[in-house]
Amino acid sequence: MCLGIPAKIVRINETMAEVDAGGVKRKINIQLLKDVRIGEYVLLHAGFAIQRIDEKEARETLKLLEEINEVCR
Amino acid sequence: MKFVDEFRDPGLAKKLLNRIKDLTPDRGINLMEVCGTHTVAIFKHGIKELLPERVNLLSGPGCPVCVTPMETIDRAIALAGLPGIIFTTFGDMMKVPGSSFSLEEAKAQGADVRIVYSSLDVLEIAKGNPKKKIIFFGIGFETTSPSIACTLLKAKKERIKNFFLLPAHKLIPPAMKAILKDKEVNLAGFISPGHVSTIIGSRPYEFISKEFGTPCVISGFEPLDVLQSIYMLLLQIREERPRVEIQYRRCVKPEGNIKAQEELYEVFEVSDSPWRGLGIIPNSGLRLRKEFSSFDAERVFDIQIESGPEPEGCLCGEILRGIRIPVECSLFVKKCTPENPVGPCMVSSEGTCATYYKYHGRKGYERG
Ligand code: SF4
Repeated sequence: MCLGIPAKIVRINETMAEVDAGGVKRKINIQLLKDVRIGEYVLLHAGFAIQRIDEKEARETLKLLEEINEVCR
Repeated sequence: MKFVDEFRDPGLAKKLLNRIKDLTPDRGINLMEVCGTHTVAIFKHGIKELLPERVNLLSGPGCPVCVTPMETIDRAIALAGLPGIIFTTFGDMMKVPGSSFSLEEAKAQGADVRIVYSSLDVLEIAKGNPKKKIIFFGIGFETTSPSIACTLLKAKKERIKNFFLLPAHKLIPPAMKAILKDKEVNLAGFISPGHVSTIIGSRPYEFISKEFGTPCVISGFEPLDVLQSIYMLLLQIREERPRVEIQYRRCVKPEGNIKAQEELYEVFEVSDSPWRGLGIIPNSGLRLRKEFSSFDAERVFDIQIESGPEPEGCLCGEILRGIRIPVECSLFVKKCTPENPVGPCMVSSEGTCATYYKYHGRKGYERG
């Protein structure tokens, strides 16, 4: 029930936005987030954007994963 | 970046598993994944069978459908049966057996029960049916409750008078505390729910390491996320330095989503709440604030219900506390299946019994 899927903001109309969620277009509510921008990724849950997805942090995590695998022994 | 495939790289996963093996202690340890979405991810990607035998994964009370008490379900069914009502719910609740029947059976007997994907859909139903009273079954953890709060604020602003909420929302950290206080479960660490944490952040978990000395890692849901979280927990165990860490940093900030928290607590306030299998847990639920009492289905509709006992033989209560696993239930597969569920853990697609059922026969499935 706590499923959240990544969705890309395509269009914004006040508290609603059109998103692309894995190729599927959807209308979602973005009222729970401040200053949502077109092109951003958000986490979609039950028709609402509940948090933005931070691309920089995602890259950091992947880098960290590479490092764990290389260095630590 | 799509934020999915990158975190499924099998090569990286294999290497990470080797690191996990290096860090595995000599004794067996139990880690608990609290969230049902994690349980599903762990089975779907076969993580249980890949882990060293000494690292045991237990499923916790993190499925909102499973922890909703029978009494609440009976109340929902009674409300759905009142004249002039349209009862709306997330689909997962339809098949949960109440004392005598489920919402699905109530619908078959003529009650107007409708499945919605979002609470906002309920407002549309209310606007389209001004002569009816629309009740929404408010279940879910912190991931979901802000969206319900947002819907109520909208209903208030738009003066929608025929919309009501049956509130059954629960908060996760108090349930984790109840599990830690339960001496029957011996936990070495928590894989904490990522999507609940997008809202509440990492701070509400601090007591877990500070008061109980138990490691805690907030995890994402892709295979690399879960494996990295297990690696981080093992590292904390080896270093004997329990703390709260965030693995799911792309979505979870220490402070969480403050705007969502503000909306949530504008509408709701914290209250004690009953959990299936765990009893009443202090400060673990949400009730509507006074200003919103006209939306409260429990106050507006005066109904009396009498709930029967839990289904005989069902171990859901123990399963939710992590002290039993589904294969230990004598009804599992034999009498209890997703088509004919006896208890709620078999109903929800994220229930522990339903997940074990779907993936049964695999290696590692017979242990916790
Ligand atoms: S298998 Fe069915 S009866 Fe047994 S604990 Fe799970 S839900 Fe309850």
